Amino acid sequence: MSEQMAGAHNGFERLLGRIGRKSLGAVAWLGDMASITASSLALLFAPPWQGKHFVLQLYALGVGSFVIIAITGAFTGMVLSLQGYYTLAKFGSESLLGSVVALSIIRELGPVLGALMLVGRAGSSITAEIGIMRVTEQLDALQMMAVNPQARVILPRIVATTIALPLLVSMFDIIGLIAGYVVGVELLGVNAGAFTGEMIAKVLPEDLYAGWTKALAFGVLVGSVCTYIGYRAVPTTEGVAKATTQAVVIGSVGILMLDYVLTSFFL
Amino acid sequence: MIRAEKLTRRFGDTLALDSTNVHIREHATTVIMGGSGSGKTTLLRLLAALDTPTSGSIWFDGDDLAHVSRKRLYELRARMGMVFQYSALLNSLNVYDNVAFPLHEHTRLDESVIRTMVSMKLEQVGLRGFERLMPSELSGGMAKRAAFARALAMDPEIVFFDEPTSGLDPISAGVVTTLIHDLTQKTRMTSVVVTHDVHAGLSIADHVVLLWQGRIIAEGTSDEIRQSSDERVRQFIEGRPDGPIPFSSSKTPYIDDLLGGATERFG
Repeated sequence: MSEQMAGAHNGFERLLGRIGRKSLGAVAWLGDMASITASSLALLFAPPWQGKHFVLQLYALGVGSFVIIAITGAFTGMVLSLQGYYTLAKFGSESLLGSVVALSIIRELGPVLGALMLVGRAGSSITAEIGIMRVTEQLDALQMMAVNPQARVILPRIVATTIALPLLVSMFDIIGLIAGYVVGVELLGVNAGAFTGEMIAKVLPEDLYAGWTKALAFGVLVGSVCTYIGYRAVPTTEGVAKATTQAVVIGSVGILMLDYVLTSFFL
Repeated sequence: MIRAEKLTRRFGDTLALDSTNVHIREHATTVIMGGSGSGKTTLLRLLAALDTPTSGSIWFDGDDLAHVSRKRLYELRARMGMVFQYSALLNSLNVYDNVAFPLHEHTRLDESVIRTMVSMKLEQVGLRGFERLMPSELSGGMAKRAAFARALAMDPEIVFFDEPTSGLDPISAGVVTTLIHDLTQKTRMTSVVVTHDVHAGLSIADHVVLLWQGRIIAEGTSDEIRQSSDERVRQFIEGRPDGPIPFSSSKTPYIDDLLGGATERFG
């Protein structure tokens, strides 16, 4: 009996030890990421000015992600309109459809889905690109040519995702609202005046600011996580593959966690 | 030119370099040789300040590279060049832009002057006319030569070569070896070459350093190394599998592993 208890006690200790080690590892990981991100952002105003590289990255990440954002926005607006209509119809409140679609997209779905699409499409490519630069010694080559890889490789990508995401989310919102209008008004027969009138009446400037603030925060998060994981990738083919998956998973979970924190602030 | 004192580098429990003293002579070619895992690439990365030693100093013109500030290190790197094992050309740039990269970064020269300088460097390595090719379109030998041209772009005082002939066919390897030798003679630069190619290494070396298990086992001129009576040196330069340097890295006898398995199965 006492042996069984001692065995259970040892098992519990091992479990606690494992949780402790994992927690310490996570804190150290977060600290290292914050340190790399902060030291990269500190180079923003230090010469040489990386303007050309910001624009190039903004084009590659922003314009390159537009199609996927537009498609996601359109289908999100359409589904919201459909679901909202059948729920509101049960209470005879179909006229509220415009405000339901608009508030859901602007405050929540636009920033969150836009950021998730950016992490999947652009974030994974950021991690893979930097990881491959690590494997092929291009980051070391930059160091040898007295070019700081943090200024040249990391900083422009964080700045690009931070600027691109609010713009992409605005596109997402506009396309989602148009798609929601088409389904609600043209397909389901909701009155056009009621749809747009409710939308204009219920969406306040605060809702727009909340959406853009979230997009801005998610942009920093996507840029920091994806550049950091690529920068610290184990310099092997398997290491880069693992880092790319890790960036998408951590980036996506991080977006949802940060969304909860920000939503609790804005409500 | 560079003097390393009591240089030690540990990776976890592994001792990659053990209290090593090295003197890199000015205007000469120093070849660092040794088998796989002997610590030669670790030594090269430390000498180029791409890694930090666990203990010891690396003196370069009065500065200890192990403890120098990043700003000062970047100033010193303007006097260094490096050709990496896998060339490390920047994938997104063509040959011209790769070679011009350090000039664009660190000088305010007119583009026409840079074009002339790039053309001269490419002529030196026999690649003039290939400016528009991307790194993915180059053969291994061409990529190495393009990387060589890039390393020479700023007319460095010292150039580091990491396995310059590995993965090349005998003709390309011969061309690269001859280039290193000729350019070192003509430009009076200092070269540090890491290689396990005994023939190539001894043919271009003014000074040879032979490493085994993170320690220097022999050094001297090529002739002194060829005539060495040290059994470890003889085994290495003759490429014999049997001798004091074991072929297998296993720490336990093979027979124990085999019998160990049998003991487990049959008690």
